[in-house]
Amino acid sequence: MSRPRLIKEASAPLPLDRELLIRIHDLMVKARVLEERLIQMYKQGHGYFWIGGPGEEAFNVPLGLLMKVGQGPAYDFLHAHYRQSATLLAMGEEPIGALRQMKNTASDPYSGGRNFAGHFSIRAKNVVPVSSPIEVQYAMAPGTALAQKRLGGDSITIVTGGDAGTAEGDFASCLVWCSRPAEPLPVLMIVTNNKWGISTSGAEQHGEQRVADRGRAFGIQCKTINGNDPVEAYQELKEAMAYVRKERRPFLLEANVSRLYGHSSASGANLVTEEVDCLKQFEARLEQDGVLTRQQMDDTRNRYAEDMAAAARLVRDEPLPAPETIWNHIYAEKK
Amino acid sequence: MANMAQAIRMALHYAEENLGVTDIFGEDVGAPLGGVFTCTQGLKTAWNSPLDERGIIGMAMGLAMAGSRPVAEIQFCDYVYNTIDLLKLAGNTCWASNGDWNMPMVVRTPVGSGIRGSMYHSHSFDATMTHIPGWKIVMPSTPLDAYGLLISACQEPNPVMFLEPKALLRVKGEERIPGEPDDDRALSKMIDAPLGDRSQWRPQWPNLEAFAIPIGKGKIVREGTQLTVVSYGRTLPLCVKAAAALADEGISAEVIDLRSLWPYDWEMIQASVQKTGRVLYVNEDTEVTNFGEHLVRRTVDELFYSLLAPPKLLAGKFIPGIGLADTLEMASVPQLGDITEAMRALAVQQP
Ligand SMILES: Cc1ncc(C[n+]2csc(CCOP(=O)(O)OP(=O)(O)O)c2C)c(N)n1
Repeated sequence: MSRPRLIKEASAPLPLDRELLIRIHDLMVKARVLEERLIQMYKQGHGYFWIGGPGEEAFNVPLGLLMKVGQGPAYDFLHAHYRQSATLLAMGEEPIGALRQMKNTASDPYSGGRNFAGHFSIRAKNVVPVSSPIEVQYAMAPGTALAQKRLGGDSITIVTGGDAGTAEGDFASCLVWCSRPAEPLPVLMIVTNNKWGISTSGAEQHGEQRVADRGRAFGIQCKTINGNDPVEAYQELKEAMAYVRKERRPFLLEANVSRLYGHSSASGANLVTEEVDCLKQFEARLEQDGVLTRQQMDDTRNRYAEDMAAAARLVRDEPLPAPETIWNHIYAEKK
Repeated sequence: MANMAQAIRMALHYAEENLGVTDIFGEDVGAPLGGVFTCTQGLKTAWNSPLDERGIIGMAMGLAMAGSRPVAEIQFCDYVYNTIDLLKLAGNTCWASNGDWNMPMVVRTPVGSGIRGSMYHSHSFDATMTHIPGWKIVMPSTPLDAYGLLISACQEPNPVMFLEPKALLRVKGEERIPGEPDDDRALSKMIDAPLGDRSQWRPQWPNLEAFAIPIGKGKIVREGTQLTVVSYGRTLPLCVKAAAALADEGISAEVIDLRSLWPYDWEMIQASVQKTGRVLYVNEDTEVTNFGEHLVRRTVDELFYSLLAPPKLLAGKFIPGIGLADTLEMASVPQLGDITEAMRALAVQQP
């Protein structure tokens, strides 16, 4: 599994196609600008609460790009964490949906004004509803994976969560249910480790050196990677996904990432300067390797900033859901 | 006639064959045991899960979201409490996603006293469950109702909590399940797993017929004119017995089996209370913040001017558990004597 990779040497040429590098960069910028706009909206009073993933783009963009997107068990399922706007954009979502959710308008495509920012839900893309309780997604993931395994084919279930949340029993549930010899399941378990809970440090949370090591006791393939490097993330995700797709067995991938604006608006949502900024780092590589010029990258950012500002203006004037809609969708109707 | 455990098994078989049920699972649900109450013996999609209630509910939710139709079992309702946030989540997924996702899953769990289950095998779950919106909740008191309600549950696009009164699981019904043979012993031979080695055993299912009891419809079990008694589960047959005894004293009680707790048959309660002017709600969950309290409140709100006496609730005592000793269990949850007495007192109460 773990061939040594040249990409870690900054002098080696970037090992992905130029087109793909540009696409990854474009989506990383788009996601960053989206999150910054969401934070601004929150600070201007155009939303009650912000939580999102600036700092995790280098991992989340490749994840979205590598998914088999569609509806039903023939496609990949994503049981996401609340920091995955970059994954969603890479899966083809447009940022305005996230802005609408932030502003909790009736037009919010993910919850109709009912749920927090970053709480995506798209049945047509197998994005199961993100919900606030930490780790419950790990309890549900084996279910979608079992349906996929039954169907045959190569679709997989992807479940992501934070490092602190791995203390919840649902994380252990997922390890247990995915690795039973009688019924191993095609689940890619991901932990994005930013070394924090809200304000609780990794050292106060858990004793294992690497969260990924928890897979070993279950015979689950596992690996810890640098989630701040989109090239490493892309290659490792591709390899892990290929394994899960083919072997129909679980894989536990831990990605070390940064948390650039703190935990959420509850902790201020202010820029943290002491953590690695994956976008800055990647841009330096792209410039150094002559993939993109500084000017081109600045243009990309400015273009998205303008798009996002225009979208925010549009969303600002959209109506809130009508009060009587509280009674809608308590139950699904028989079709 | 079939008992409730057999009825449940037959309904699940029917649902596997005809309603697309894909997975019937939980602790000890698969072979060789077929469930600690034998409700899942011989079913072709039954399998054993790890001993992990959160995992069981999570698995059911995942399967449901992927388009399968699972029926999960929690061995005793006392252990479903550690899944409570997942139950909340299953109930709110349709609403939270603004109608985009639904959860076609059934959770079955035995509830209540009656098997001398002491602290952790005697609890009720109706009060807690009716506090979780987005679910449909049913609780049969006869084998035929269990059969019909479970078939409805397996046709629902929503999560359904199927509460099984464990005291009644071995009680034979008075009505035949459509398709079950006339002879009880013949039925047992066909569908009850033998003791000892079962590895070669296969059930011989009777030719079961479609029979669904709509969720939300109660049943008038006995007609009466002087008071209404509304109950479900273990206490329902006790209410019927009490009504029969009181008839000898000249007291005419109408007994309603609610069967569905959410949605519930308010029209039936309303019509009955408007006729009798008196109502007693009976269940065995602890009495503080009890589902019956909701029914009392609604009765007062909507039927106050039809009432001849205050609406009453007879429920389990508000104590931390049910003690093992016979005397303790009897004193903790309503028994026949308590119900008869409460009905008599209500019937004669004058303004
Ligand atoms: C079950 C549960 N307990 C507590 C919380 C409150 N809470 C929200 S985020 C968070 C920290 C999560 O940290 P981690 O899992 O590392 O993810 P991160 O936010 O760092 O990505 C906590 C405690 C919650 N949402 N759910």
